[in-house]
Amino acid sequence: MGDRDERMAAIRKAFPAGSVEEVPGGDMLTLRVDRRALPELARRLKADPALDCKLLLDVCGADYPGRAERFEVVYHLASLQHPFRLRLKVPVPESDPVVPSVFGVWKAADWFEREAFDMFGIRFEGHPNLKRILCHGAFQGHALRKDYDAGQRWLLREAEQELPAWATERVEDGDHFETQVLNLGPSHPATHGTLRTVVRLDGELITRAEVEIGYLHRCFEKMAESHTWNQVIPYTDRLNYCSAMMNGVGYALAVEKMLGVEAPPRAQTIRLILSELSRIMDHIVDIGANLNDLGAMTPFLYMYEAREEIYSLLEACCGSRLTMSYVRIGGLSHDVPHDFADSVRYLLRRIPKLIGDMETLITNNRIFRDRTEGVGKLSAEEAVDWGWTGPCLRSTGVAYDVRKAYPYLGYETYDFKVPVSHGGDTYARYLVRVEEMKQSLALVEQALARLEAGPVILDDHNVALPPKAEVYTEMESLIWHFKLIMEGMKVPAGEGYGFTEAANGELGYYVVSDGGGKPYRIKVRPPCFAIFQAYPHMIEDHMVADAVAILGSLNVIAGELDR
Amino acid sequence: MGDPGKTPTLPVQGNASARAPHLKDGDPAFLTTRMDALLDAARKNSLWPFPFGTACCAIEFMSFMMSHYDISRFGAEVVRFSPRQSDLLIVAGTVTDKMAPVMVRIYEQMAEPKYVISMGVCACTGGFYRAYHVVQGIDEFIPVDVYVPGCPPTPEALLQGVVKLQEMIARGETHYQRALAAARAAGR
Repeated sequence: MGDRDERMAAIRKAFPAGSVEEVPGGDMLTLRVDRRALPELARRLKADPALDCKLLLDVCGADYPGRAERFEVVYHLASLQHPFRLRLKVPVPESDPVVPSVFGVWKAADWFEREAFDMFGIRFEGHPNLKRILCHGAFQGHALRKDYDAGQRWLLREAEQELPAWATERVEDGDHFETQVLNLGPSHPATHGTLRTVVRLDGELITRAEVEIGYLHRCFEKMAESHTWNQVIPYTDRLNYCSAMMNGVGYALAVEKMLGVEAPPRAQTIRLILSELSRIMDHIVDIGANLNDLGAMTPFLYMYEAREEIYSLLEACCGSRLTMSYVRIGGLSHDVPHDFADSVRYLLRRIPKLIGDMETLITNNRIFRDRTEGVGKLSAEEAVDWGWTGPCLRSTGVAYDVRKAYPYLGYETYDFKVPVSHGGDTYARYLVRVEEMKQSLALVEQALARLEAGPVILDDHNVALPPKAEVYTEMESLIWHFKLIMEGMKVPAGEGYGFTEAANGELGYYVVSDGGGKPYRIKVRPPCFAIFQAYPHMIEDHMVADAVAILGSLNVIAGELDR
Repeated sequence: MGDPGKTPTLPVQGNASARAPHLKDGDPAFLTTRMDALLDAARKNSLWPFPFGTACCAIEFMSFMMSHYDISRFGAEVVRFSPRQSDLLIVAGTVTDKMAPVMVRIYEQMAEPKYVISMGVCACTGGFYRAYHVVQGIDEFIPVDVYVPGCPPTPEALLQGVVKLQEMIARGETHYQRALAAARAAGR
């Protein structure tokens, strides 16, 4: 740590006084950076071996209309070598909302900067393709500015659906093959969600590709600003809806960190069990859908049975199958049913058999291996540069898992492995996911043995609702209940970045509170947003059919991607 | 029908010579009906859905397809991703302003007769996304025959939605059929 402090001081010395300043307090080292110093600072942070900020996790904007410099661009950086995280904050005045792009340093900045431009109108100088990303082309204004009315819609006509500029260019490449432009999506059987890819083909070979997203932009972040802290939880469920539980857990942990509270042990264990089961559900859909696209319907049918079994358990816990809204800040909405342990034990017997069936059919299947090995290969350096996390990053040989590197829910006390593969291709991503499902089962088994009786929500009426029986009989409880419902809990003013290992990778919540009953700003760091931005570059020089195989293996969930 | 001891006579008028001893009780040799009713009976029992899955509801739509709930029991399992080959548009999930023109185009590409099921509150009303980029109900753009509420609806609810649509087709109550009837009444 001392070494890092020294390096940090040395780096700061290289800049004029006042241009790189430390912001005291906060959950991680935070620097306020003058925008002119940003490109040089970024380069040094990445190159310095003691700091090693190779992973750009998130870039986002924030709007503070009262300040002299109205906007702020916030960067979250992480090292994969050391347990080191860094936040950069760059103030931007409204009169000249321009920041130098860091795309040249981290490719991961590509879409994140476009999103900040779309939402706040902050221009990133030097960005190669700075245009709207989530909102449609006919949209006026910048939606996440505080003075933008949340209900103000703009209609898009079909004629305004755009193709990229290169799509209409004529290409002369000398051979006798015809060049044509093909549009895949946003409603397409192989996209599993509202993703649109435009590709230019030379024969069947993709020579250029561009992705258009935002077809499921449901304004999560704007909605969160007008709801109380607990009311945001149903919205988080609909981010990655294949594993809804984990989004809620990540959000609750982020807010609990800001409140300085921790959920009771029983709630933590239940959260862990259901999160790991959700991870299995997510991988099932991903592997199943990927195989389905490659022409193998049977494994999906086999594996979906496991999903239905897990659904039954979730439904018994909270009454809902898919979007559960089971987590509350400070615990869970209520306790699990009395036969919970038996049901989980049943799943622990049942799911391995289904995974085994699928493995027998697929893992050494000649057709599957021919279709996936060497397809969509990405090196570890590139993957980190694009901001990849999760199973996709681990398939390139980088053993980064938030559960090991920054444990939460007591993961450090469990015995489990982080599966890593070195292929970096579609097949490697499949192998990592299958192995992760087995590790998740091991985690569930250990957690179940530790499940002790106790409360599932904090006994703190600043955070959690008092028991209903007391609300009906005690004046004080009634008042707490009223205040929590009408005003919401008060989260101390400040900011925090909470992050967990969701099914697709690091799911981060950058939360800003002004001390009121509602979040001031919530920015989700969706893992598949970073993963998907590499996709158009991955499919170049592949066949169209390979593009489908690659897309399925990345597990891009539109709800999380577009929010 | 009829007394089991006797040779059956067909319960159909206008066929006096029909005596068919090989037929089981009650089996008609033919029946009279209107062509429309016959077609509707065929259509309602072989719906070909186009899954316009955009969001969470699409995942529940998968459950609805899979073996546990199994829509093929109701004759609607032939999912087609081409609007030309399908007659039932199931809009499963939130439709945004960016997506709406795509949805309208797919609806327009479907050959008649065509029906629409709106699955989930987002498709029905916008749900809890009262926001700048979300369509507040797909009936802003296309006519909807059956609304299935829920966030997301359970597969049972969607099954019931399909059964409801089948009943509507049998009674001639869908948007398409009513428009057709109105056009006929107007002499076109």
